Amino acid sequence: MRRFLAVYAAAAYLFLYLPLAVLALFSFNSSKIAAWRGFTFDWYRIVFHNSALFEGTLNSLIIAVVATVVSTVIGTLAGYALWKKRAPGLTNWLTNTLYMSLLAPEIIIGVSLLALFQWAFRFGHLQLGLHTVILAHISFSLVYVVIVILARLRTFDPALEEAASDLGANRWQVFRHVTIPLLMPAILAAALLCFTVSFDDYVITSLVAGVDSETLPMMIYAMARKGISPEVNALSAMITVGLGILVLLASRLERSR
Amino acid sequence: MVVLFLIPLLIALAYSLLTRGPYGGVFLPWTIENYARSLDPLYLTILWRSVWLAAVSTALCWFLGFPLALYIARSARHKTLLLNLVMLPFWTSFLIRTYAWMFLLRDTGLVNTLLEELHMINAPLPLLFNNGAVVLGLVYGFLPFMVLPLYATLEKLDPALLDAAFDLGATPWVALWRVIVPLSKPGIAAGCVLVFIPCLGAYLTPDLMGGGKTVMLGNLVQNQFTSARDWPFGAAISLLLMLMALLVARVLAKQSEKLL
Repeated sequence: MRRFLAVYAAAAYLFLYLPLAVLALFSFNSSKIAAWRGFTFDWYRIVFHNSALFEGTLNSLIIAVVATVVSTVIGTLAGYALWKKRAPGLTNWLTNTLYMSLLAPEIIIGVSLLALFQWAFRFGHLQLGLHTVILAHISFSLVYVVIVILARLRTFDPALEEAASDLGANRWQVFRHVTIPLLMPAILAAALLCFTVSFDDYVITSLVAGVDSETLPMMIYAMARKGISPEVNALSAMITVGLGILVLLASRLERSR
Repeated sequence: MVVLFLIPLLIALAYSLLTRGPYGGVFLPWTIENYARSLDPLYLTILWRSVWLAAVSTALCWFLGFPLALYIARSARHKTLLLNLVMLPFWTSFLIRTYAWMFLLRDTGLVNTLLEELHMINAPLPLLFNNGAVVLGLVYGFLPFMVLPLYATLEKLDPALLDAAFDLGATPWVALWRVIVPLSKPGIAAGCVLVFIPCLGAYLTPDLMGGGKTVMLGNLVQNQFTSARDWPFGAAISLLLMLMALLVARVLAKQSEKLL
């Protein structure tokens, strides 16, 4: 039984990692076809010299940074407010909405945001573009922030805040000098997760993007549709390693207490 | 959250009850025709395919995820590391993970190229762009969602219960089926919700790995909002999809509560 489980688990890990490992390996293949012909860095050189990809990466970075900053701030405050439970009925209702939005398939979030934007555009001469993508990204990454913050607050001792106010700190001072510093690891972890989900997103982005706001995942999608190419392998390998490091950092921060 | 999730959903609800304009867009009068249209056999086929593929993917996720979760829960050391290794791929790009399988399975992909170089096949095997490939992509994408809740329940399982089963003469297999599986039902229910719902509403996997042949509800919605430009109908389908998701979540959540 034990042996069987170990073999089974090993097979499952292989299933999870082998495709990505093979993908990365063939980014160093000197041939364009999927048969090993020798080692090369050429595909990485080509990726780095592609100006369209550079622009897409820049767009993705702008979107991810803005979305991360805004949703981390709003999400932290929202999580804190939910935890405080000043209005229990409203809090419960909001928490339910939070989980409902987690359950909603991406495509539904995407089309309903698109419907919202198109409806709002009736009142002004606006168009889809970088700003709509940023708004959409804030909307879906906010949920992750609130959940990480709420999880941390569950083990947070309210006595710490009470002690501070007994010692004469006003509400703002308590929040600024006690609560925020104690939540900092969780806030940073949430920000890192926000950044990864935002940088990665294709489905929602493709629906609300305009002509000038093509992101890196949209370019990868277009390339993947056309067929396999070692450039996509190289690009994918770099993104996967980069984001993997960010996630490991986030999980380390989340556990540090 | 409310502004950015509920309001868009309400606008989608309004759209789903309006009439389609000649060049796209939405107009009055109010109508329920969009919902009536979703009962067309053409769309029922898509609905049935989505439910069926999501169910198969969920079952396979359980089949693959249960022993894995059991192994992690029973391992003496490195529990967190093993669990993180399952979660890590989930946080990296879904698009890239799908592309990784396309790289393996395409006609010009690694598997076919390898088999051709070894002269084992003459023409490439049709590995991609079918229902099987879509299921594979879904299982690969959502396996972590199954493992996490399973691990959470299995980890809390009292080892004394297993000892008792063995003392009473149960073989490991009997203990697994009659003790461990029944006791971990809440985790199984939670895992099934977390896998079934995103599979049901999947868009990217059927789009890329089904190659336009395996149309699921997510693709239908996307198509209505983009190329078909029939927003009211697209909105109606997405609301039906959301309703189904909530219903499944409710039923299985009740199930897992009862058993806790």
